[in-house]
Amino acid sequence: MKRALEHLKVENVRLVDRVSPKKAALGTLYLTATHVIFVENTPDSRKETWILHSQISTIEKQATTATGCPLLIRCKNFQIIQLVIPQERDCHDVYISLIRLARPVKYEELYCFSFNPMLDKEEREQGWMLIDLSEEYKRMGLPNNYWQLSDVNRDYRVCDSYPTELYVPKSATAHIIVGSSKFRSRRRFPALSYYYKENHASICRSSQPLSGFSARCLEDEQMLQAIRKANPGSDFVYVVDTRPKLNAMANRAAGKGYENEDNYSNIKFQFIGIENIHVMRNSLQKMLEVCELKSPSMSDFLHIKAIMDAGIFHRKVSEEGASVLVHCSDGWDRTAQVCSVASLLLDPHYRTLRGFMVLIEKDWISFGHKFNHRYGNLDGDPKEISPVIDQFIECVWQLMEQFPCAFEFNERFLIHIQHHIYSCQFGNFLCNSQKERRELKIQERTYSLWAHLWKNRADYLNPLFRADHSQTQGSLHLPTTPCNFMYKFWSGMYNRFEKGLQPRQSVTDYLMAVKEETQQLEEELEALEERLEKIQKVQLSDTKVKSKQSEPSRHSGFSTSDNSTANTPQDYSGNMKSFPSRSPSQGDEDSALILTQDNLKSSDPDLSANSDQESGVEDLSCRSPSGGEHAPSEDSGKDRDSDEAVFLTA
Amino acid sequence: MEFSELIRTGRAQAQLLRGPEAPPLRGTLCVTGHHLLLSPGPQSTPDLWLLLLRNVDSIEKRVAGDSGTITLRCKDLRVLQLEIEGVEATLDIARSIEALSSLESVITSFPFFYRPKGLRLGDAWHFHPPERYYKRVARETDAWRLSEVNEDFSLCPSYPRAVIVPRAVDDDALARSARFRQGGRFPVLSYSHSPSGTVLLRSSQPLTGPQKRRCAEDEELLRAVLAGARPGARGFILDTRSAQAAKQARMTGGGTEAKAAYPGWKRLHRPLERGRPLQESFVRLVEACGDPEQSMDRWLSRLEGCRWLAHVKEALSTACLAAQAMEREGACILVHGAEGTDSTLLVTSLAQLILDPMSRTMAGFQELIEREWIQAGHPFQLRCAHSAFSHARPKHEAPTFLLFLDCVWQLGRQFPLSLEFGEGLLLALFEHAYASPFGTFLCNSEKERCLCEVRTRTHSLWSGLNQPKEQRKLQNPLYVLNPLAIWPSVEPQSLRLWQGLFLRWTHPPEPAEVAWEKVWQIVTGKEETEASQPTASA
Repeated sequence: MKRALEHLKVENVRLVDRVSPKKAALGTLYLTATHVIFVENTPDSRKETWILHSQISTIEKQATTATGCPLLIRCKNFQIIQLVIPQERDCHDVYISLIRLARPVKYEELYCFSFNPMLDKEEREQGWMLIDLSEEYKRMGLPNNYWQLSDVNRDYRVCDSYPTELYVPKSATAHIIVGSSKFRSRRRFPALSYYYKENHASICRSSQPLSGFSARCLEDEQMLQAIRKANPGSDFVYVVDTRPKLNAMANRAAGKGYENEDNYSNIKFQFIGIENIHVMRNSLQKMLEVCELKSPSMSDFLHIKAIMDAGIFHRKVSEEGASVLVHCSDGWDRTAQVCSVASLLLDPHYRTLRGFMVLIEKDWISFGHKFNHRYGNLDGDPKEISPVIDQFIECVWQLMEQFPCAFEFNERFLIHIQHHIYSCQFGNFLCNSQKERRELKIQERTYSLWAHLWKNRADYLNPLFRADHSQTQGSLHLPTTPCNFMYKFWSGMYNRFEKGLQPRQSVTDYLMAVKEETQQLEEELEALEERLEKIQKVQLSDTKVKSKQSEPSRHSGFSTSDNSTANTPQDYSGNMKSFPSRSPSQGDEDSALILTQDNLKSSDPDLSANSDQESGVEDLSCRSPSGGEHAPSEDSGKDRDSDEAVFLTA
Repeated sequence: MEFSELIRTGRAQAQLLRGPEAPPLRGTLCVTGHHLLLSPGPQSTPDLWLLLLRNVDSIEKRVAGDSGTITLRCKDLRVLQLEIEGVEATLDIARSIEALSSLESVITSFPFFYRPKGLRLGDAWHFHPPERYYKRVARETDAWRLSEVNEDFSLCPSYPRAVIVPRAVDDDALARSARFRQGGRFPVLSYSHSPSGTVLLRSSQPLTGPQKRRCAEDEELLRAVLAGARPGARGFILDTRSAQAAKQARMTGGGTEAKAAYPGWKRLHRPLERGRPLQESFVRLVEACGDPEQSMDRWLSRLEGCRWLAHVKEALSTACLAAQAMEREGACILVHGAEGTDSTLLVTSLAQLILDPMSRTMAGFQELIEREWIQAGHPFQLRCAHSAFSHARPKHEAPTFLLFLDCVWQLGRQFPLSLEFGEGLLLALFEHAYASPFGTFLCNSEKERCLCEVRTRTHSLWSGLNQPKEQRKLQNPLYVLNPLAIWPSVEPQSLRLWQGLFLRWTHPPEPAEVAWEKVWQIVTGKEETEASQPTASA
């Protein structure tokens, strides 16, 4: 890192506070091979802001003003940084360098190849073994009488975007599979995504058939027949096309399309209507504009509802016991969304911390979701970029809001996964397929995010999780009537760096702290009781100990720090055009860490080191993206002068 | 009893429809003077008290063949559907409910008949007299006194008997100032913020009229306020109307304080919606919430179009402005609009919640409502005569108090650990404000309450709510005393639709209840018991 720091250095740069643009921190800007770093010059704090190049979404050079040349950096994790560089020439240099650095052309340039969390080789290998899909298929009860592991895609001979290990119906011979694959876009033939062992129903996935207006394929028809036969409980298969009908019809002209019910025996076909990646990309763009402008309208949601509605077909699996084949065009975007939402609703295992990692590994990573193209890790076609997995993550959050006790993990877990999908700090989400990852020897050259998350799992637990409650066991029951009311704006994600917009106190952190304290007190009690016994044995007076034992009041441990959850008033004077929240960087000043965080920090210094490297600003917010504990009284003291008289101008 | 004349049919066979997921409930429907009951049968479960008739906002009847359907839309936003045997019975029941639910007489209303076990008449009515708050103020400053100039409500019919005023101003001056203010609402103390030595006052608009009249005593009163506050304090007059509306009010005899007449005071205009537009906003929001089939786009555009959240935002930011000026600027604030009984109270009560940790406790919040809404003369009977479903042309209805509760809910969402009470209390207050067996929200002012003998002949809501069995529903298990001001974010991203209220009857409540149960378990340390008996949960 030291060496890289000399890459490019500009002095007297100002980091503009998005709250009150007049307030700006003066400091030095460094460009390294992997990060943009801004170090404040103020004598009392040398606060650092770190931004990974891979997080940078757009860089905008704005018109030069008297004070310098402004540069606006928007990140994929929704952070926005505005810098003012005194010299036009320096600004241009930074701009040109950043454009180059933010758009690497080779995988080797990505951060994960230089990132080293100080683990030895063995630990790294163990990390990669943490999530094992063959274990997962075993958990589902496979192989069994109906399903078997097929080696037809060995060396990616049939389909280069599929994994090598795939489960197919026992009655589907290699001949049928290969035949069917030739009739499917990108040769993505129907393969098993989830097996519901209670009633033998399954969720399979594929790409669209190359049916055109009248083409048929005997092997493909046999393939669907085989899927139906693999489920003795039902005499038909649902085929779900996740596209709007119009799009699917249009595809027929290009020789693609959808299954004709007449050609396949015993299928029931239906459309769901999730828009394509281009619509989704524009939708996110619009929403982010809304977030930024602070216009009081929020009429553009991601198309979460359609995905959720699609996920509701899980009822067909759990209640009707019918198997389902899901596809869209290529079967790697909408299909992945729908299969994973359905699995999540069906199986409580996927609602646990480890299960959720398995789910992403299974439906997204192994089945060839094009991470590199969708999230623009390497410089490529901007039309390929689309927030497909972001939507899935938001779906999960919406479900968490509706079922607060059903998930073992919390909001922070989702936000960190989203962050790392873009950060390229870990190798999990690199490339577009398993084949590419193997060729690049990802597992030998990078580290696994899952191991990192698992190690810090205490940070990601949902204190309200009730695994044993009837409501959270088995499949989750969404209301039968589709209801729009439930969907909320996820400010924890989209305004993640505008801490002022978040709830100022975190219920999750508070409850975790209470839980921990309860546990500690109990241990203490136990220890004291033990001691008491000993003391009594030695025939000593025990009064002192007893009184001590009853003394610690439940909340005393953290009440003081929690109490100081003050914040500063924003500009309420009505001129709402200005960016009113507190600056993202203020997160660093928040020294009022509540109990858990102190404990975690000491118990795991490695973690803080990591997040430091990742992005200094994020350091604290990283641990409590939900807003949490805020500025103690000293903070309000600091801000007093600057906030003064703001409203007087009105 | 005179109610019997209004009851055409007391009984009918009926069934209550309970949505697609539950079977209908059969039984005998009974209309009594104040209630609608459904008795499922002699041997089974006890009678189901469907509702207080006062709670009915609108009634819709439909007959087909030899049976009929009645749809009751309630003021607490619930919708009940009853299928009744017999066309005649349906029409009679509907007419009886219509007549009984729209009775206007206060003294025949249910609170005058409600005699619950375990509560004594007269209890809790004296929990929050003006003297008590005055004692709190007097502990910190002697610049104020408790005046009984309004003893017989002659000076100001909407003020309580005793009000807190500057010590330097005598009762005669108060009387003159009252004549200069609409409805006699002269400036009185609402809240004294001791950390910064400043005060919050409220009044109604001055009657300057087109001739720009002045009143020396009124000016003297405000001068005395500044003199009694922190040395060098300035004042802000926060007018909850736009500058233009305030100017226009002059034509009808009202107006606003002239700058030259009140040295040291500066005027700010923060227009807040009130009256009919606010009621319409509420009606449109509830309408949008009642249609589960609409598309996502349609729902979002209706949510935005009704502007309810915009009103929440305006109310909160105005209150924040007042609070900020007091805490940060060390300024005194006088809030008024026109009458000073609606948006004025909204601003003063929210500002106190933001600044004063006391008002965020269970007892303190009840005191705040009593002092700043009930005794301060918010005309509950007029404002809450109808809720969102009524087809009647709104006259004086406006959900100002609901808007206040919504703002409090937003504060609670942003500071989940800082309020001692939970959503349960806010929901209860909403219900009781519109239809209640208790007398607390009856009438429009202390004067009327006095005439109707509400205090001696009905039970106080506070004694009902403060029973130990109610506490768990009303309290916030996460509460930790927060001694500082709580500054909410008023950006649209930070404000949420209050689902617990607006979607209360359409939203399956179970997941939230299960979560709440768990929170209680964690906080009270009872969690282990659950873990040790994994099968116990239902």
